[in-house]
Amino acid sequence: MTVSWSTIDCDVHVNVPSMKALLPHLDQYWRDSVVDRGMNSLDSISYPPNAPLTARPDWRGRAGEPPNTLDMLRSHALDRWNIDIAICNCLYGVQLLYSEDMAAAFAKAVNDWVAAEWLDRDARLRASIVVPMQNPDYAVAEIERCAKDRRFVQVLVLAMGEAPLGRRQYWPVYAAAERHGLPLGLHAGSSYRHPVTSLGWPSWYVEDYCAQSQGFQSQVASLVCEGVFVKFPKLRVVLLESGVTWLPAFLWRLSKFWRGVRLEVPWVDRSPLEIVREHVRLTIQPFDGPDDPSAVARLIDHMQSDDMLLFSSDFPHWQFDGDDIMPVGIPERLHGRIRRDNALATYGRLTETLV
Amino acid sequence: MAKHVIAALREFPAGTRKLVDIKGRQIAVFNINGEFFALANRCPHQGGSLYDGRLTGLIESNEPGRYRYSRRGEIIRCPWHGWEFDVRTGKSWCDPSRVRARQFAVSVAPGSALVEGPYVAETFPVSVEDDYVVLDA
Repeated sequence: MTVSWSTIDCDVHVNVPSMKALLPHLDQYWRDSVVDRGMNSLDSISYPPNAPLTARPDWRGRAGEPPNTLDMLRSHALDRWNIDIAICNCLYGVQLLYSEDMAAAFAKAVNDWVAAEWLDRDARLRASIVVPMQNPDYAVAEIERCAKDRRFVQVLVLAMGEAPLGRRQYWPVYAAAERHGLPLGLHAGSSYRHPVTSLGWPSWYVEDYCAQSQGFQSQVASLVCEGVFVKFPKLRVVLLESGVTWLPAFLWRLSKFWRGVRLEVPWVDRSPLEIVREHVRLTIQPFDGPDDPSAVARLIDHMQSDDMLLFSSDFPHWQFDGDDIMPVGIPERLHGRIRRDNALATYGRLTETLV
Repeated sequence: MAKHVIAALREFPAGTRKLVDIKGRQIAVFNINGEFFALANRCPHQGGSLYDGRLTGLIESNEPGRYRYSRRGEIIRCPWHGWEFDVRTGKSWCDPSRVRARQFAVSVAPGSALVEGPYVAETFPVSVEDDYVVLDA
C-alpha cells in the first residue's frame, strides 16, 4: 500500500558509510591525518549498526547492513510514501570530537558529502547543517558557509552536548540560524560528555534511548528559561526523534514552577506553555504513546496546539512496521497539517524550492 | 460592607502589617511607606496566608540578562508557592486577568470624624485627637 498524501518527511537519516567516503571532502592535512592517525570511523555508539533500532529488518541490505544507499532510501521511503521533500539528518560523530579544529573539518566534510552524494542526486532531498558546537565561532562559520545552499534548511545539534543549549555561549549560533531562516534541530543523541541520565550511566541500551526524553526536556527548559526565544523571536526549534507524549506533562510542570519562581527569569514574561507552543516543534516518530487510539487522541489534545507536530519516518530506524508512520488515534483533521502544512510553516526554505 | 477602625495610626507605622479578623474574614493590611493596602488573607491559588509572605519589588525584563527592578516592597509573594501579587491591584503576576487577591479599601480618618459614626470600632476607644486606620470590609 502506498499513501496518496503530499508529504514532507522531516527526519530521514543518511549515514556516512566509511571514513573513505569523507576523504574527498577533507583538505589535504586532514585527509593525511586520517591515515597517519589511523582513524577508522567516527561513528558513535548512539546507533550501533547491529542494534534492532538502527535499521528495520526489511530495510537492511543482503548482509544485514543498514540501508545506506540512495536507492534504498528511494525504494523503502521516498517512492513508497510519495515523499515530496525529505530532510536528511546525518548523525556522524562530529559532535563527539574533543578537538575543535577536527570537529570543524569533519563537519564541513560531512555537509559537503551530504550535498554531493544526496542533495545533488535527488531533488526531493534537503539537509540539516551539521555544526561543530564545540566552538560556537566555528559553528557560525559552518552555517554561513552552508546557508548559501538553499537546500540546507536547518541547523543540527544533539539533544545532549557539553552544556545546556540555552547558555549564552551558544547564542551566536542561534543568531546565525535566525538570520538565515534556519530552525535549530535537536536530534536524539549525545556527545557523551556526560552520562546520558542525570543519575549516571545506565547499564542498558533501552535505558539510554528512553533517557533521551530527559535530555530533550532539559534542553527545552534551558532554551526557554535562558531567554533564547526572547532574544531570537523568529527562531524555531525542532525536536527530532524526541518522542512526543512527554511534552504536555513536562510543560505543565515547567509552567507551574515558573509561576512561583519566575522572578529568577524575568525575561520569561509569559507562560512557558505559550512560548513552547509558538517556538518548538516535534517529529512524530518514534511515537511513544499507548496503543489505544482514544488515549492517543487525548494526548494530542493535551498539546493544545495543531501546529506542533511534523511528519517523520525516522528512516531507517525501526520505529514502526509496514507503512504505519502516522500513529493510530491522531485525528484525521490534523493529518494534512502534520504531513505538510506544519513543516512548511516551520522550515521557511522549503517553500522556495517545493517540487 | 462596613467601615472598621482597625488601629490607631501611630500604632501602625510604615513597614509593618496587621492581620485583622472582620467577622471571621481574615484580612492582611500593610503600611507601605505610609500608604495602606488590604488584601484578603487567602492566596487565590491554594489559600496561603499572604500576611506571612515577603514583600518584594517588581522585577521585569525585556532581554535576558537585563533586570528592571522597581516598586520595591509593593509585591507580596505568597509563602506557599511564591506567586506574586501586586498590593495596589491584588492581581497576580503570572495570570493577572484570572487570578487576583481580593482587595479592600483602607483609609486614614481623624478621630473627630470617627466619633460621629457610622463606623464600627468595637475594640478601639477612639479619641478626637488621634488619627485612625479604617478598613472598608
